[in-house]
Parts: sequence; structure tokens; C-alpha cells
Amino acid sequence: MRELWWYIGVVTCLKLLLIPAYHSTDFEVHRNWLALTRSLPLCQWYSDETSPWTLDYPPFFAFFERFLSLFASLVDPKIVHLHEGLNCKSPTAIYFQRLTVIASDSCLFYAIHRLARNFGPIRRNLLWILVAWSPMLVIVDHIHFQYNGFLLGLLLLSISFLMDGRDLAGGFIFAVLLCFKHLFAVAAPVYFVYLLRHYCWGRGLLKGFFRLSVMGITVISVFAAAYGPFAYHGQIQQVLLRMFPFGRGLSHSYWAPNIWVFYIILDKMLVFMLRKLGFSFNPPISSFTGGLVGDVSSFSVLPKITPLTTFIIVLIALSPSLINVWSKPQPKSFSRWVAFAYTCGFLFGWHVHEKASLHFVIPLTVLAVQNLEDAMHYFLLSIVSCYSLFPLLFERQEYPIRVLLLLLHSLLMWLGFSYLYRKTELCEATVAANKLGGPHKASSSGEFKICSMTRIYLFGLVIIELYGQFLHPYLLGNDLPFLPLMMISTYCALGMTYSWIWQLRQIIRL
Amino acid sequence: MGTKKKTRRTAGTVLGNNDAGDSISLQWLIHRGLGPAFVAVSLFGLLIRAAVSLHSYSGAGNPPKYGDFEAQRHWMEITLNLPPRDWYTNGTSNDLSYWGLDYPPLTAYQSYFHGLILRFFDPDSVALFTSRGYETYFGKLLMRWTVLGSDALLFFPAVLYFLYVYHYGCNSRSSCEVAWHMVMLLINPCLILIDHGHFQYNCISLGFTVGAVAAILSNRDLLGSSLFCLALNHKQMSAYYAPAFFGHLLGKCIRRRNPLLEISKLGLVVIGTFAIIWWPYLYSTDAIFGVVSRLAPFERGIYEDYVANFWCATSIIIKWKRLFMTQSLKLLSLVATVSTFLPSMIQQIRSPSGKGFIYSMLNTSLSFYLFSFQVHEKSILLPMLPASLMAREEPFLYKWLILFGLLSMFPLLHRDGLTPPYMALFALFFLLFHTNQGSKDLGLGIGHSSAAFQYSTTVALLCSFVLHFVYLTAIPPEKYPYLFEAMMMILCFIQFSLLAIYCNWRQWKLSEDLTRSWKEKKLL
Repeated sequence: MRELWWYIGVVTCLKLLLIPAYHSTDFEVHRNWLALTRSLPLCQWYSDETSPWTLDYPPFFAFFERFLSLFASLVDPKIVHLHEGLNCKSPTAIYFQRLTVIASDSCLFYAIHRLARNFGPIRRNLLWILVAWSPMLVIVDHIHFQYNGFLLGLLLLSISFLMDGRDLAGGFIFAVLLCFKHLFAVAAPVYFVYLLRHYCWGRGLLKGFFRLSVMGITVISVFAAAYGPFAYHGQIQQVLLRMFPFGRGLSHSYWAPNIWVFYIILDKMLVFMLRKLGFSFNPPISSFTGGLVGDVSSFSVLPKITPLTTFIIVLIALSPSLINVWSKPQPKSFSRWVAFAYTCGFLFGWHVHEKASLHFVIPLTVLAVQNLEDAMHYFLLSIVSCYSLFPLLFERQEYPIRVLLLLLHSLLMWLGFSYLYRKTELCEATVAANKLGGPHKASSSGEFKICSMTRIYLFGLVIIELYGQFLHPYLLGNDLPFLPLMMISTYCALGMTYSWIWQLRQIIRL
Repeated sequence: MGTKKKTRRTAGTVLGNNDAGDSISLQWLIHRGLGPAFVAVSLFGLLIRAAVSLHSYSGAGNPPKYGDFEAQRHWMEITLNLPPRDWYTNGTSNDLSYWGLDYPPLTAYQSYFHGLILRFFDPDSVALFTSRGYETYFGKLLMRWTVLGSDALLFFPAVLYFLYVYHYGCNSRSSCEVAWHMVMLLINPCLILIDHGHFQYNCISLGFTVGAVAAILSNRDLLGSSLFCLALNHKQMSAYYAPAFFGHLLGKCIRRRNPLLEISKLGLVVIGTFAIIWWPYLYSTDAIFGVVSRLAPFERGIYEDYVANFWCATSIIIKWKRLFMTQSLKLLSLVATVSTFLPSMIQQIRSPSGKGFIYSMLNTSLSFYLFSFQVHEKSILLPMLPASLMAREEPFLYKWLILFGLLSMFPLLHRDGLTPPYMALFALFFLLFHTNQGSKDLGLGIGHSSAAFQYSTTVALLCSFVLHFVYLTAIPPEKYPYLFEAMMMILCFIQFSLLAIYCNWRQWKLSEDLTRSWKEKKLL
């Protein structure tokens, strides 16, 4: 534990240093939530429209904000004032909110401590480095401003319980997580099938039914605790309306690097080609040059995509893992299925934000420190997804910070993996495998290498960054400002798609 | 905790190597060699620097004179828009009373060079006259990036050179120790806070000094002395090390076959380097003296603010400024400085050695800090450098100097609005120093850990923490508005003087050890 404190201490110092850095509108979003949960009665939380940043997270998160607002009002009553606090950017407000994010990360640290407690020393240290020092979390939570570390901590905690075979606790925590942020629901099918198969099935009808009802009651009571108060006030419809705003477009303002990038580009190319052939089209209202939040879901040639379509595609995409879960419900593979489910959600989902790549990169870390092949895949994936977050920090001041974070992460990852998967490291691999309970594939026998395809791909990433930062302003000045961003998301989408295929292959082979 | 220990032990026995025994040590960081490890530590160091540079700087938004940030920017403006001859002279377009250039010509050239970069990206920031007090988001960023760039291009390579020289061929040192030493050299909280927070370019002159030390340790004396001349010409404060360099090089020369030739070679290199740097001012003696007089601001009194040196600390009892004229104070401080650094210099002339040289640098710079005329709080950076160079041998000394060096600069940094990064770096230094990864193998426990010693160090640290806390929270009595500053200064002065005594003793003990081993060899 003392070792973990060291890692936490170092990264906390960095986070403290980053307090004056740029923060996005999410800062004001969360400040507004502090204010409205503090000053309004519960029944108005989801109907208040004082600020455009209305509450759109599930109730537990609202309760969490309410809890934080108790301290906020002690620090500076202005932070929690519904009207006077609007766009409050006083140093106290910034320090207070940044410190709450730093403090809430303790949930993540506990989860990785719990996950790593049975690992060998090298694996354990590497896991801490990769998760506690994750550049993605620093960028999204401590610069951009959100509470992902806390939420991912809950997810990892749930995975950790399931890997120990404590299914009820794992399911309970996942239900709690869903009541904090409903975007995590993409993995719910995996949880459902796994818990049904591993916890309830094959233990005789009576015991199975008993367990099913225990699990059901647990989950339902969690949801009741979250939504009950709002149901009491007759607010449920309003809550759900806020939580699922399907009015938003298929893509976020900046395209998340998923499959729809290719879809949009294919549409544009078809328009271009058909125009050449003499057809005429009405261009969609919001052209992709706008780059603002708009309805990008209307296309000129290709069929329109609706939320239902994406929902079905996601379900189809993750069905192989569901079959796999049912046929071989092993606890040690659980983080792989969860990660795969989130990858599907990211790649095919509706209005995906690039930050959502955290949901699968962090669980995959657990596998990467156990398995050489996963490590090689993780090396590429974590660089790509961290790079895809770069457009979040668009101000000049943070440019060196984001580049240094990514470079440092890549280098530490390379050093750590190549130290862990040395030729002589066979013994520890087997020790760790035995500890995890279960036969381990002999894939840990090789050495950690970065294959030539990965090298070429990463080299391309460097070229795109150099183009976007230096060559583009030099050649085109301020024209086509969206082009570098589009290149980033297209190029990263390639990597993400590769990662999805790779994960799918692993799951089929399992 | 119990289960963890058990896992470790099993892993260790299966592996059969020692590093898995207690903890994994820094082995993973350095198993690919010095290069990747150095890059990793450098990236971390740069990240910390970039993060500190997000914070405020000296004199931010504080007209009419602002602070060091404005001084550096003003020098860029002056050097860019005026010919070199006018840089140091008062004129219609160069008002010396507004941050006149008072560093040697190399600083001026550096300002010119950085001014070119600023002019390329943001011409308004260095326009003559109109740019005074120029504080914009982009302007600040460019200035910050020039420091970051100088650090990365000068200080970091110099440290790499030093590490290579210092640890080359020392098989007894495990590679983990090298990694730890690297971290200590590159992440010096005081240097980071002053350069990237307060805003200065100490990394340049200190980088040249590190390069000079490395060159001299690898017996490239000519290169070393020319690098040291560059350091001297960037900041005259580098003269704090001059006696050590002089003593060590002289001692080495007189042991060579042809002492006179060696000395004249060194002399020629020094004169040559100076001549090149001072070229624009060599046309007349008046011009040279004009520049020199700018470099020695005697009119500012023997001490300013609350610096933890002898004059300021004893001024509580003896009112030096009232009792003596500036002239006699100059003489007094000169005598005190020379007499305190002389033993250390003589030791190097008598028996020059690499280790003794670094000790001597520390001793002479400490005696300058403690006794010379017009010392600034920031000058504690100079003794810190040699202490960091031998942090491997004297970890406790380095830690102590950093902890109290930080305390001595706390009021200054607090005024700059740098309290949050100060605290973060304070904690970070503590963590990095006591790295969990094999701290036992690194032997950070100090040799003389008697109960009394432990007790007194704990008390001193406690005092430091209490003073920090009191300074931040309490309001001083009206009669003594600077009471807390004075208390900090006295505490730091006591620590620094004890360290100075200890280091002198250590240096002299080195030559004793040397002669003893000599005698033993002769007897054999």
C-alpha cells in the first residue's frame, strides 16, 4: 500500500499544479449542478432551466453534487448561488471544484489497489503507473474537467469484485454506477448475461431462482433509492427526458473517432462523385464544415441513421461477447467483455463523445499487465485514444502539457512492458497466472515488441500532428480550420476500428 | 500488508534475483540503458515545468515596475531595438532606471535571441517603449516557452553529460542509483519555481556550470574553463564558484609536467572566451567600465529583504547599516567571504580531486551566500547545484539544503502568488527523494543517525512546517510586520551555516583520507 501512496502522491502533485489550466464548459456545468442541487428542492432539480447547462446525469450524480455543495457553501456561498453564481470563475470556485475531482479520484485508487493486490510486484506497479498516471484521465478530469476517475473507479471496483467471484457485490456496484452515469449502460447486457449464467444458472432450480431474486432485489433497490424520490414527486418522465436527449445529432461537434466518421466521409465522397456525373443534390442543412453541434445525421446519399439503428447495431456488434459469456463464464475474462462492450458502444453508438474511449481503455489495462498480446494491443490503443483527446485541449497554453503527457505515457508504457515481458520473465508470469486462479495461456512467453504495422501507424500519427500544428497554419493560414481535426478523428477511427476487430478476434478465440 | 509481503517473497524466490526481494526498484526504468531513462525523466521534468509555468509570475499585473518577468521582457525589447553599444548606457531610448540591464553580455545576447523569437510571433510584445508592462495570454506563453526551451536545450543536455561522466565506469553504483540521481538533478524544486514560476533564466548559467564541471571531471580542462566563462558571463553570480574552479584547476596544473604552459593555456582560453563575449565593448576602457559598473550594484546596500545570510541574520543584534559606511561594509564583507572560502580553495590547490572539487564548489558558494555583499534569496540556487551534483554521496545534505532553501524563498514566492505550486513541488520533492522504489538499496539513511541528531533534525523540520503555517494564516503584530520573515530567515541561516561547517569538514577529511591511503601504499 505504501508504494501505491507514492504513485498517488506524485500524480496528485501534478494535478495540483494543473489547477490553473484551461477548463471547458463542463466546469460551469458542474458548478451549476452544485448550485441547483443546493438551492432548489429535489422536485425541481430536473426541471430547472436557469442555466443552459441543465442536469442530465442520473440521480446518484445529483446526490453526489448535493453532497459536494455542502462543502462548497462553506467555502464560498457564491459558488452554490443559482443566479449570482452563474459563470462564477473566482479562484476559490476553481480550487474548490478541482480539489473535489482530485479527492474523488480516491475511488479509482482504491479500485486499482483492490485489483492489483494479488499481482506480482512488477505487474502491480505497472498497473498503478498505467491507471493512476493515465494521461487520458489527467486530460479529461484535471484539465478539461469531469469526474471520470471516480466513475471508472466504480467500474473497476465492480470488475474487481466479479473477478474475485463475489458476483452480488459486483452487480450491486454496477447498478450504483448506472445510477451515477447512464452511459455506462452499454455493458449492461454483458453484466446481465454473466450474472445470470455465473451467479444463478446451473445450481439447481430452487437455488438458481433464489439467487436470481436476490440479485434482482439488490439491483431494483439500488434503482429505487436513486429514482424513488423523483417518482414520489412525479418527476420520472422529466428525469428520463433530460437523461436521453435524442435531439442531439449522430456525431458530437468534434467527431469522435468511430465508424460514423467513415460513414459521413463516404457520404461526402458519393455526393462529390455523383455531382461529377451530373446529379444534383440539396446539401444537408448543417454541412460538415460548420463543426458546431448540429444535426449531422441527415445525409445526402446514404440512408439516414436513427438512434434505433445505432442501438441495434451496437447490440449486434456485442452479441459475440454475449454468446461467449454464456458459454464460458470465467471471471478472469470479465474485463475483456466489458471493454469490448464499451468499444462497440463507442464505435457504433449515437452521439458518442471522444471521452468515452476511457471506458474501455482503462479496463483493458488490467489485461495488458497480464498478457503479452494484450499489452501489445494496449500500447497502440492507449496512444491512439489519448491522442484522439487532443482536440479537447485546443488552447495554446496546454499544448506542451498534452504532448508531454502522451510522450511520457508512451515511453513509460514501453519501458514497463518491455521490462515485464522480458525473455527471463517467464516465472513471474506463471506465478501471477496461478494467483489469478485458472490456467493461463502460454502467450506470455515472448518478448514485448512493437510490430512494424504499429510503428508505421504511430508514425502516421506524428505526421498528422505535425501537419495540423505547423504545416496547416503555414500553408492555409486560417482557412479550413476543421481539416486537421477531421484528419485526427479519421485517422484515430482507423486505430479504433482495428482495436475493435482485434478485441473481437480475441473474444472469438477465447 | 501481510499478504503483500508474502507475494513478494514468493515472486523473489521464483525469480531468483534480488530486485524482486523488497520492491521492484527503479530497475524497470533504466533496464534499457541510460538514454531512455533520461528521456523519461526529462519528459517528466518538462511536464512539471510546463505545469508550474501555468501559474503566476513575479510582478504579474502590478504596475508601474512589475517584476522579473517584465525585466526580462524589457531586456529583450532593449537588445532587439538598440545597437549593442547602447545596451548598458543611459540614453533617450534606454532608461536604465526602468529595469536597466545589469547582467553580463551573454544575458544580453540571450535576450536578443529570445527577442527575435518573440518578435517573429508577437511583434507588439517587444516594441520599443510601447511594450512596457506588456502582459497578454500569448505574450506570457511565449516568454514561458523561451525558458522551457532554454532549460531543455541547455540544462538537460548538460546534466546528461555530467551523469555520463560522473557515473561512467563506476560499476559499484547500481543503475537504480543513477536513475535516482537523474531525478534529483532534473527536478530541483527551487530551480523550477524560480525559473518557471518567478521567471528567470538561471537554467542557462547553471547549465553552463554543470557542463563545465562535467568537462573538468573528464579532464577536458580547457573546455571546462571556457564553459565556466560562459556561465560567468551569463550571470555574474556564477563567480560564487570561481574560487573552486581556480583552486582545482591550479592544483591540477601544478601537478602536471609543465605547469606554466598548462596555466597559460587555461589563461588564454579564459581571456579568449571573455574577449569574444565582450567584443562590442572592447573599443574603449570607458565602455568596459560602464558595463562593469552596471554589474555591481553596491548602492543597494549590504542586504535586501530577508535573505538568510550572516549580515541579515546578525543585523537583529548589530545594526550593520547604521554602524558602518557602505565602503567599510564592502571591505568587511570581502574579508569575511575570502577568509571563509580560502580553506576550501587551498584544499583544492593542495590535493585536487573530482569529489573535492564539487565539495569546494559547495563551500565557496555557501560562503559567498553567507558573507558577500548584496545577496539575494534566489542565490541559494548556487550552493544547491553542487549539492545536487553529489546528492548520491550526500543525500541528507542535499535534502536539507533544498528544504531550507525552499523555506528561505517562501516569502518571495508567496508574494508572486506561487504558494500552490510551492506546496505541490515541496511535496513532490519529498516523494521523489524518498522514492518507494528501493529506497533501502539507495542507502538514503544517513550515516550518523544518532538519537540527538534525529531529534534535532525533526525539531528543525517541525519549525519549518509551523513557520509555513503561521506565515500563511496569522497576521504579524503591528510593531514587527516582518516578524515571520525574520524567524524564517534565522532558522534558515542556522541550517545553512551548519551545513557550511559540515561541508568544509568533509572536504578537509577527503584530503586526510587521501594522504592516509597514500601513506598506506608507501608502507606496503
